[in-house]
Amino acid sequence: MDLNSIYSEIITEHNASHHNKRHVEGADVIEQGHNPSCGDEIQLELKIENNIIEDAGFTGIGCAISQASTSIMIDLIKGKTVEEAKHIIETFLGMIKREITDEKELEILEDALALKNISNMPARVKCAVLAWHTLEQSLNKKNS
Amino acid sequence: MKFQRVLGGNLQMTNKYVADFPVLNQTINGHRLAYLDSAATTQKPVSVMNAVDEYYKQFNANPHRGAYYLSVKATEIYENTREVIKKFIGAEKAKEIVFTKNATEGFNLIAYSYGMNFINAGDEIVISIAEHHSNLVPWQQVAKAKGAVLKYLYLDEEGVISKEEVESKITEKTKIVSVTQVSNVLGTVNPVKDIIKKAHSVGAIAIIDGSQSIPHMKVNVREMDADFIVFSGHKMLSPMGIGVVYGKEELLEKMPPFIFGGDMIEYVWEQEATFAEIPYKFEGGTQNVGGAIGITAAIKYLENVEMDNVNSIEKALVSYALERLSEIPYITVYGTKDINKKAGVISFNVKDVHPHDVSSILDASGVAIRAGHHCAHPLMKYMGVNATCRASFYLYNTKEDVDALAEGLKNTRKWLGYGS
Repeated sequence: MDLNSIYSEIITEHNASHHNKRHVEGADVIEQGHNPSCGDEIQLELKIENNIIEDAGFTGIGCAISQASTSIMIDLIKGKTVEEAKHIIETFLGMIKREITDEKELEILEDALALKNISNMPARVKCAVLAWHTLEQSLNKKNS
Repeated sequence: MKFQRVLGGNLQMTNKYVADFPVLNQTINGHRLAYLDSAATTQKPVSVMNAVDEYYKQFNANPHRGAYYLSVKATEIYENTREVIKKFIGAEKAKEIVFTKNATEGFNLIAYSYGMNFINAGDEIVISIAEHHSNLVPWQQVAKAKGAVLKYLYLDEEGVISKEEVESKITEKTKIVSVTQVSNVLGTVNPVKDIIKKAHSVGAIAIIDGSQSIPHMKVNVREMDADFIVFSGHKMLSPMGIGVVYGKEELLEKMPPFIFGGDMIEYVWEQEATFAEIPYKFEGGTQNVGGAIGITAAIKYLENVEMDNVNSIEKALVSYALERLSEIPYITVYGTKDINKKAGVISFNVKDVHPHDVSSILDASGVAIRAGHHCAHPLMKYMGVNATCRASFYLYNTKEDVDALAEGLKNTRKWLGYGS
């Protein structure tokens, strides 16, 4: 196992930076994400106006992988439409499950590509996908 | 210093028991495996595996049923295990030994059969904040169903249930006291004898979780006067899927069965049934005979080593590990550092590094520790942490394992981008 491919600079920087770790003023969707087996907990807050994700932030506790993954995701989806965000989620989960391997198709993930190698560490996959599943639920909640 | 002597005597680079555990003889990620998660499950010695293998090769049949040689033999082997366990834990009668699948099932048996039938509205059930979910969630169910109150014994600054807590929380209203002898998170040893005495003084029954004590130290149920003691086989060298409830005969007698169906009956009519005697009325369905053979072989192995030796090996390892961890400034160890109040479990955290990351980073150097909440959410909340790292020891661990842990921990912060 190569720890370098997991704890890359992008991951450790996002883990340490906390720039997305905040409450969102006027958030209209708040969703909890929890990995009961390991105790990672996040609360994702979104402000969606005219179908566009205007603002997003999170609070909570968890390992570097879960925290960095959440932060990277937030950077990525801000300013995107709900449909674009859903497409990004699908692509990310496809990358982790190794169902999407085409580099061109994965390009939209930008910094989140740094989490690609997590699929080599089955024990940590759930840390990486927690935020993305939480976002998926948030967007579905918003639509319903 | 007493423990210096123990260290010198027992803590060699290799110990003679390692060779009995083939799984330890491997490299993980290019490094020698240092297995430090025995509080979750222990490795199995060759003698246990051979005994199980021999059973399936030569004697396998369904016990208590057939009138033919193999079934009689399987019954004999299965029932003999009760005798072996009876002696090992100092029980009076073999019929006080009930087999379950694991400790969780054991607590469910007591909660559903005793709790649901003998607890009334307003009664109090007292457990400690350090209980594993197996000795916590079932009592929540009983309290909810019966309108009883679930009360907690909190811990002192060393992580031990204090005398004051015992004195103030166990009252005339208390009907059940259920506590662990050794915390699976902190490794702290609770004064169970005093707790049992207090429980009995108010007319309550006392249940002990022996999952982390019976595999590691001499436990005598009659001496401590526990009404029930629950433990599991896989935490004491035997295969997964078998556990034990010891219960005093008079209590087991008055309890209704928990799992209904095959083998636990006396007569069955269209609308009614009568049930077998203890312990059989609690063992519905075909039981894990292979697992029972495993426990017998495991106890034989432990008795050869001698429980006092098991205990002193672990104490030496823990005191060495505490010493090594104290050299690393950014590590916090939880619970007492007093080796006399501590079994072979250490919970700790690395500053700014989440336990899951610590565990992954250690794994890269072959060190296997547990990270997370250790099935003890309320304890984590009480301690004010989200999760911890846990290293736990058994008789097959060595100084080398502790060194691998300490050296591995020195790298954890670097991987997360911190200077040191």
